[in-house]
Amino acid sequence: MASDAPRFVPGEAPTGAVRAIARRALPALGVVTLLLCCWEGAKLLFAIPDQRLPHLGAIVETMLSRTQGGSGNLLVVQMLANAWATFRIAFGGFAIGTGLGLLLAVIFLQAPVLERGLLPYVIGSQTVPILAIAPMVVVGLGRIGAPGWAARVVVAAYLTFFPVTIGMLRGLRSASPESLSLMRSYAANPAQTFWKLRLPASLPYLFTSLKIAASASVIGAIVAELPAGAREGIGVMILNAAQFYNSRPPALYLAILIAGLLGVAFYCLVALAEYLVVGRRGRARPG
Amino acid sequence: MDTPIIEFDRVSKIYSSGGGPITALHDVSLRIAAGEFVALIGPSGCGKSTLMRLIGDLEQPSGGSVRVKSKTPEQARRDRDYGIVFQAPVLYDWRTVSRNVELPLEIMGRPKEQRRERALSLLRLVGLGDFADAYPHQLSGGMQQRAAIARALSFEPSILLMDEPFGALDEITRERMQLELLNIWSGANPRPTVIFVTHSIPEAVFLADRVVVMSPRPGRVQRVIPVDLSRPRTYETREDPRFFALVTEVRECLRTAE
Ligand SMILES: Nc1ncnc2c1ncn2[C@@H]1O[C@H](COP(=O)(O)OP(=O)(O)O)[C@@H](O)[C@H]1O
Ligand SMILES: [Mg+2]
Repeated sequence: MASDAPRFVPGEAPTGAVRAIARRALPALGVVTLLLCCWEGAKLLFAIPDQRLPHLGAIVETMLSRTQGGSGNLLVVQMLANAWATFRIAFGGFAIGTGLGLLLAVIFLQAPVLERGLLPYVIGSQTVPILAIAPMVVVGLGRIGAPGWAARVVVAAYLTFFPVTIGMLRGLRSASPESLSLMRSYAANPAQTFWKLRLPASLPYLFTSLKIAASASVIGAIVAELPAGAREGIGVMILNAAQFYNSRPPALYLAILIAGLLGVAFYCLVALAEYLVVGRRGRARPG
Repeated sequence: MDTPIIEFDRVSKIYSSGGGPITALHDVSLRIAAGEFVALIGPSGCGKSTLMRLIGDLEQPSGGSVRVKSKTPEQARRDRDYGIVFQAPVLYDWRTVSRNVELPLEIMGRPKEQRRERALSLLRLVGLGDFADAYPHQLSGGMQQRAAIARALSFEPSILLMDEPFGALDEITRERMQLELLNIWSGANPRPTVIFVTHSIPEAVFLADRVVVMSPRPGRVQRVIPVDLSRPRTYETREDPRFFALVTEVRECLRTAE
């Protein structure tokens, strides 16, 4: 055992988690600081007028201003409430798209014939711009009397299912030939091979896809707000702010910022789930 | 030899590949007795893994017949007669070491406490008693391979198929693992039959009752060399003149096989 230096140190995990988060959060914070400096630096250096690029301070000021009419909430609160509305739609689409993606991946795994027949259409579906798809979905669903939010959910799901299908299919096929041979030697049935080998082996691939899908579902939900004639949502806020850009430029930047943060927040949520589910395995894969 | 546990009768194996058919094995006849430790040696690509995979029903022969315990390899596989160890440990990295060892028992539907107990006693046997709840990536290569051996032994298969199991280990670890393997093997009751693929000549001689020397293209059995070194084998065995003589004999045989 002596030269086989054990690398297992019990009780290493909890501080490891804190350190792992710090290791990721600190560079991100650094980048944000740098960006803010660039923003103000560029304004100063190129003498960009406030009308084209407001001061960061002006954005904060706008954030904390009261909305005219309505509830008289802080603008940032109103924006966040709208972002939450978009998030609910995005999350619904994400859940449905993930379910559909998983289903397709399992079907393609079991029936390579179907994969060869259907995969080209699945890929083709993603080459059509979402700006063209969204109105079609809205009109189509509207005709059968579905509520407006349903169309937005469908568009979000439409952008979600593709990365999940592709990533999950790769993941389900990622088990090594040797690990499959072992299962065979235990005379495992197909269900056991699926649940005890293929599925757990696929999880790292699945989470990579889910992170892409999370951002995509937010984009889908935002884009669909326009043709769906939504009354609330961060996309609606962006359009409003754009309309009144001349009188209040910072509001548009604020709306865009919050839309971006929404995508990041969703991504982080998936990353957290990933850490909880597969984090403990560590990175090294055997030989 | 009394009734062989494994019997190859004029077996050939032809792979069809992009560049035309490849004859991996040609006219191989071989009988292996129950409880025997047999080493397969030969240059890369001479069909050692193929021979092992034919026994384990991971490939089908193109000609001739393979019988295992008077059954087809497929029936033997369904009866869970094989424990397999590859060159890579192939541990499932989402399971702890002990849950890896339990995996075959889990698939065979053994009760939970019995599984855990069996895994722990095997891990102690291979010197991993303290690492039951570690994850594979926390172990060194040699320790991972020990866990893989424990996993293969967990359901007490009557035949162990080992394809260059120590091939990725350093020389020092390797020699220690050879001794440990012999200890485990001779301590088991009943003793499993071991088919051990290697391309290390001293390893083959040190471990085996018989060394099967294979020749390349197409893979054939060149010669079967009985190893008349006494057991238990120890570190001193490697300094025995008889050991050197056998190593030389295998080496000569491999050279003339070219
Ligand atoms: N699945 C396969 N398809 C085609 N050729 C194969 C396959 N497996 C092995 N071979 C060929 O068969 C020969 C013997 O292979 P193998 O049994 O792996 O040799 P060894 O284990 O002695 O190195 C080699 O020439 C190899 O290229
Ligand atoms: Mg080989």
